[in-house]
Amino acid sequence: MAARDFFKDIRLEKRYFRTRVYLVAMLVLLCMLILALRLFYLQVSSHDHYATLSQENRMKIVPVPPTRGLVYDRNMNLLAANRPSYQIRVTPVEVGDLERVVAQLGQLIDLEEHHLKKFYGDLKRKQSFESIPLKVNLSEDEVARFSVNRHRYPGVEITAHASRYYPMAGVGAHTLGYVGRINADEIQKLDKKDYSGTTYIGKVGVEKFYEQALHGTVGYQHIEINAQGRRLRVLKRIPPEPGKDVMLTLDVRLQEVALQALGERRGSVVAIEPETGEILVFVSTPTYDPNQFVNGIGSRQYAQLRDDPDQPLFNRALSGLYPPGSTIKPMVALAGLHYGVTRADDTIWAGPYYQLPGTQHKYQDWKKEGHGRVDMPKAITQSSDVYFYTLAYKLGIDRMAEFLAQFNFGSRTGLDTWGEAKGILPSREWKRKVHGQPWYPGETVITGIGQGYLSATPLQLALATSVLATRGQAVQPKFLRKYLPATHPSGDGNDRNQAPAPRSVEIADALHWDRIVEAMEDSVHKPNGTAYAVGRDAGYRIAGKTGTAQVFGLKRDGERQEYIEEELDEKLRDHALFIAFAPADKPKIAIAVVVENAGAGGVAAAPVAKAVLDHYLLGNEYAQRDTP
Amino acid sequence: MATLGTMTTQEGRPLLNLDPILMGGLVVLCGAGLAVLYSSANNDMGVVLHQFGHFVIGFMVLVLLAQIPSKQLFQWSPWLYLGGLALLVMVLFVGYSGKGAQRWLDLGVIRFQPSELMKIFLPMMIAWYLSDKHVPPSLRYIVVALLMIAVPVWLIFLQPDLGTALLVLSLGFFVVFLAGITWRLLAVSGGLMLASVPAFWLYLHDYQRQRIITLLNPESDPLGAGYHIIQSKIALGSGGLYGKGWLNGTQSQLDFLPERSTDFVFAVFGEEFGFLGTVLLLFVYGFVVMRGLSIASYAEDTYSRLLAGGLSLSFFVYFVVNIGMVSGLLPIVGVPLPLISYGGTSMVTILAAFGILMSIHSSQNMFTS
Repeated sequence: MAARDFFKDIRLEKRYFRTRVYLVAMLVLLCMLILALRLFYLQVSSHDHYATLSQENRMKIVPVPPTRGLVYDRNMNLLAANRPSYQIRVTPVEVGDLERVVAQLGQLIDLEEHHLKKFYGDLKRKQSFESIPLKVNLSEDEVARFSVNRHRYPGVEITAHASRYYPMAGVGAHTLGYVGRINADEIQKLDKKDYSGTTYIGKVGVEKFYEQALHGTVGYQHIEINAQGRRLRVLKRIPPEPGKDVMLTLDVRLQEVALQALGERRGSVVAIEPETGEILVFVSTPTYDPNQFVNGIGSRQYAQLRDDPDQPLFNRALSGLYPPGSTIKPMVALAGLHYGVTRADDTIWAGPYYQLPGTQHKYQDWKKEGHGRVDMPKAITQSSDVYFYTLAYKLGIDRMAEFLAQFNFGSRTGLDTWGEAKGILPSREWKRKVHGQPWYPGETVITGIGQGYLSATPLQLALATSVLATRGQAVQPKFLRKYLPATHPSGDGNDRNQAPAPRSVEIADALHWDRIVEAMEDSVHKPNGTAYAVGRDAGYRIAGKTGTAQVFGLKRDGERQEYIEEELDEKLRDHALFIAFAPADKPKIAIAVVVENAGAGGVAAAPVAKAVLDHYLLGNEYAQRDTP
Repeated sequence: MATLGTMTTQEGRPLLNLDPILMGGLVVLCGAGLAVLYSSANNDMGVVLHQFGHFVIGFMVLVLLAQIPSKQLFQWSPWLYLGGLALLVMVLFVGYSGKGAQRWLDLGVIRFQPSELMKIFLPMMIAWYLSDKHVPPSLRYIVVALLMIAVPVWLIFLQPDLGTALLVLSLGFFVVFLAGITWRLLAVSGGLMLASVPAFWLYLHDYQRQRIITLLNPESDPLGAGYHIIQSKIALGSGGLYGKGWLNGTQSQLDFLPERSTDFVFAVFGEEFGFLGTVLLLFVYGFVVMRGLSIASYAEDTYSRLLAGGLSLSFFVYFVVNIGMVSGLLPIVGVPLPLISYGGTSMVTILAAFGILMSIHSSQNMFTS
């Protein structure tokens, strides 16, 4: 720097700069003087004028919440609606003796402990001029009683709101989810402006996943109010944009059929349209009434739901993990054909048990005397365990894991909802990571019959079944059929959520599919098939596979012990499973059924699937007659 | 000049190079900011703590920069400027949008507005460029300096962020002015600027034009664009001489006043603390600017002088434009009230600028001692 300064007159420059700084300082003082004068004018000279404006008439912008979008099933049956509800609100600053007034109100309306607790909680957080809800969802009697006495309570008013209502109650609960009042956590994450007038927000399920579309956009009212906060008139209104109406893929009547077929039992039914991935049935039992949650569930009611041993709030279809049991066999068989480990007509001797080469441990077949000489179709039809122990051992866990991953085991399906479980597709790597242990050959053997670490949700099972039905064409399962255009002019009614198309399953020879599907048909329609009970009188061809999943490690480990259903604690009994698609040659529906602790799949689960299939493929009357 | 940062001995040097006078002013402003924020955010302590976090980060940056000798800053100047330009170009392509403008850049950990950085980098660049030119610099150098100003201003204007663009433009001019532009040239360029106003008008966004129209006659649209100004004037005016008291401003507490924690926080302050409060606040702002100018005039080399002067004046433009806009003298261009409005980026850049001022101050101390 010094070198360059050589050419400059430092003293001159400094003096020059000082002058400039003085000039600038003058400018600063001048500007400050102007600001001070302006403030004097506003705050001192015109104070009275503005004080009056501030005191008397004021303009206020109040948000107008949008109407939440309605939800329909695929046949336009209403699943979620809005209906008016009334709440009583108190503006503390306008009420004299708050405690006394609240006590008096308690004689007109039914106030419980939790109403008061919430009210006094809100009271602390809000300004005294803000109105606070004392009780929401008033009965008509309460509205009438208060209205008569209204003049005695300045600062207390009844306001009308739209409240969410689920006309089908529990029928779609595990798909729809529910809305509830916005809580403190959610407020932090929300766009405060957009939710400024909104009381409810989707908490679970479709209501949560499509919150943004269902919610709509807030509107505003410019209103004139007086010093007491009373509204004088509306000056301007920017209407809210209502939420989009949504059509789901569900078929509510099928849903009812499935619920009825499951009855009191715990379980789940998921049905998919294989062509499109549209979810037709999504049932988890026991179900619950989502209406309870809308206006804040009472703590006793909630405890009852939460502590129910049958866990009605648990979404079995989405997050329940079950060993697939024998329903995995068609896919393991396919893997065997694909990798050329065996041919379909190769036979083996399937005795009562299987032993790994060079070991003594006996892996038992479910059938005490074994199945004799079986080829692959027969092994599927009769569900021979020994055949699949052998095949699994030949395949090895690496190839099985790779192949089953194509059927979406071990990863989420990406269904448009929240809380989906991933399930477990065991592999060497998985076991090292999770258990820190090497993989043992015996674990390969039991994976072949869908036991051991392998677990999947009913949704995953239904999706895998749908892949079998389409012979390898994977689809993206979804709840959203479309947004309805009628109430929402900007939507074209066809904007489905477009997820990238899942890749299809590649099989060495397309004929392999036929062998497997034929075997699955036989297991339903042939007298020696495990699901013949439902196939006997079916009016169409079903391709299916039963499964009986062990809850309790009893049968196939070690020496044979007798599994005597009556002697076992109910919760330790086997889960019954059944997967199927129909019609077998041109599948329109793929279904997975799990009935918890119900015993054999062919007996407990297959009839539930049959009821749904009948209803879907044959129509209503037939289904009614056939429901067990 | 060659002595910068090199001739110092450790004797008698404070542990940290900080100017206690300037620091006092800043702390008063920040304290006032937190107090008024508590009120404007409806007693939400979370917002206050968040803003306090901004202060802490800002003060850490300040202390850090104050330790860097201005010679270092001198050498970094062109690179920082070029880096700043690159970020401004980037924000046009990958920036985050908010309220119809792309201003934000997301770096994973933090989101910030690169235009804020220019408020420091531009005066550094101009000061660097003009530091070895004769006084007053010839027309050639002035034109180059003006180009250096024009490029970032244009990029910011494209975002579009008219307020910040004008702010950066004005502080570029201030540095050129301090460097010693001749009066004749000043008159000519001033004339040119006035002449370019119609062309400029064509480039304005509709909402920006509306704001200027509304400024001239706010009552023309009392519920639309004029609503901000009318409400903030009512808030200020109803505050009177003594104010309604802390937390008692009805205009702000009753939700009449929009953006009352950010751009319009001065209206909340004026309503609650009255004319006495606003004048006292003005006084503190003026005090800080004057202290900055004093540091500038005592600085020993041209670069430090120009930079210190430019940064002080940028702070001045900040608060004058904000208060002018809230009190209805200037159009609403979205300039926050420095150190008081809620917001992280502007807070940190302003405190960073004061860090540089303190570094210049301590460099000068070293020289004189």
